[in-house]
Amino acid sequence: MIANYGFQDGSGNWYVIFDTEKCNGCGKCVEVCPEKILAVGPDEFDIFREGPVAFVKHDERKKVRYSCAPCKPGFGEKPAPCAGACEFNVIAHSDGWMACFKDSHQ
Amino acid sequence: MAEAPKTQEFWRWPETNWVNPDIDWKKGKLITSGVDVGSVSTQAVIMVDAEFYAFGNTRTGSDSPNSAIKGMDYALEKSDLKLENIDYCIGTGYGRVNVPMAQQSITEISCHARGANYMYGPEVRTVMDMGGQDCKAINIDDRGKVLNFMMNDKCAAGTGRGMEVFADLIHVPVWEIGPRSLQVPKEPPMISSTCVVFAKSEVVGLLEQGVPESEIMAAYCSAMAHRIMELLNRLGVKEKFVITGGIAKNEGVVKRLEKELGIKTAEQIWYKKEYTDRGYPFDTQLAGAMGAAIFGNTLLKMGKAKSARKA
Repeated sequence: MIANYGFQDGSGNWYVIFDTEKCNGCGKCVEVCPEKILAVGPDEFDIFREGPVAFVKHDERKKVRYSCAPCKPGFGEKPAPCAGACEFNVIAHSDGWMACFKDSHQ
Repeated sequence: MAEAPKTQEFWRWPETNWVNPDIDWKKGKLITSGVDVGSVSTQAVIMVDAEFYAFGNTRTGSDSPNSAIKGMDYALEKSDLKLENIDYCIGTGYGRVNVPMAQQSITEISCHARGANYMYGPEVRTVMDMGGQDCKAINIDDRGKVLNFMMNDKCAAGTGRGMEVFADLIHVPVWEIGPRSLQVPKEPPMISSTCVVFAKSEVVGLLEQGVPESEIMAAYCSAMAHRIMELLNRLGVKEKFVITGGIAKNEGVVKRLEKELGIKTAEQIWYKKEYTDRGYPFDTQLAGAMGAAIFGNTLLKMGKAKSARKA
């Protein structure tokens, strides 16, 4: 399942995207997230899934635009810490933050 | 003290309930129910061996537990089935953790996906749930399993609640907005913002200019359709495409969305032909609660849940 946590508003798409089929619930992303917005637990969107999965905490889903911004996810020289820590390429970010990154370098 | 003036409330849509005359619940093995407590409406669906038995569709009050109880009582009203006879109850929706009779809660995304699969059939690939306070676009497989989802719950712009506020503002009952918005000779430019507050002031401006009501309704419906389209385009729409939730009943929004997307929504009829033939009511708002009730049945059958039946 592709789980998109976040929102869309007039300024762009702000989603942290998890490919849950690839996730084994190891929790490495949770450890490295500087804003502590990630967690590992049962899959709330697939009740029949065996084993844990990583997700964005419930209270953080409406704030990802701001909490993910310091990492410049996906568009800096290095991948975001969460994406870099994952050996299965589970985590990606939508294009909203790309505009932020460009703006800060123009 | 002066009496409060009696005003007509144009947003008040009628509550409905129904019980299936063809099913004797006493002969059923597993009686499961789903309660979907949304921000605007609450539905309770009862299923006997995964067959549609009864439903109640009510407006959500100021607190979730009472709304859930009200919805469930309303569903049971026309039946001699009691709450104690129900094997398993699952709560879903915005207030799912506050459903007192529920043994478990499941997110509305899973439930709407499963419910749409049951109501419209296994060919459904994209479900758009237009709720009272948020909208969700979901891609599903032939078993109703979620493959990809995206929600927009940042604010209530362009959702059911927004439509209710709009109905009150222009003094047209909420269920008339769809048909009347289509009675325009030419499509007017859309309201520039779906934000309820901004749209409200824009509509007041249009009313003052003497723009005909039907044109304002058309302008609002197309703004709403446009907002949904942005979300759907990001996710990717595949046929069969269905809309669940209250806005699916507003043809003004649905028709305009179909036009913008270039894809028709599936006809609002039961996949099970005998349901249509027997005249069972089809209500797009029930998808969430229905999905929850089906999950209850599946969990009991798999042995992943234990019956909580008291009588």
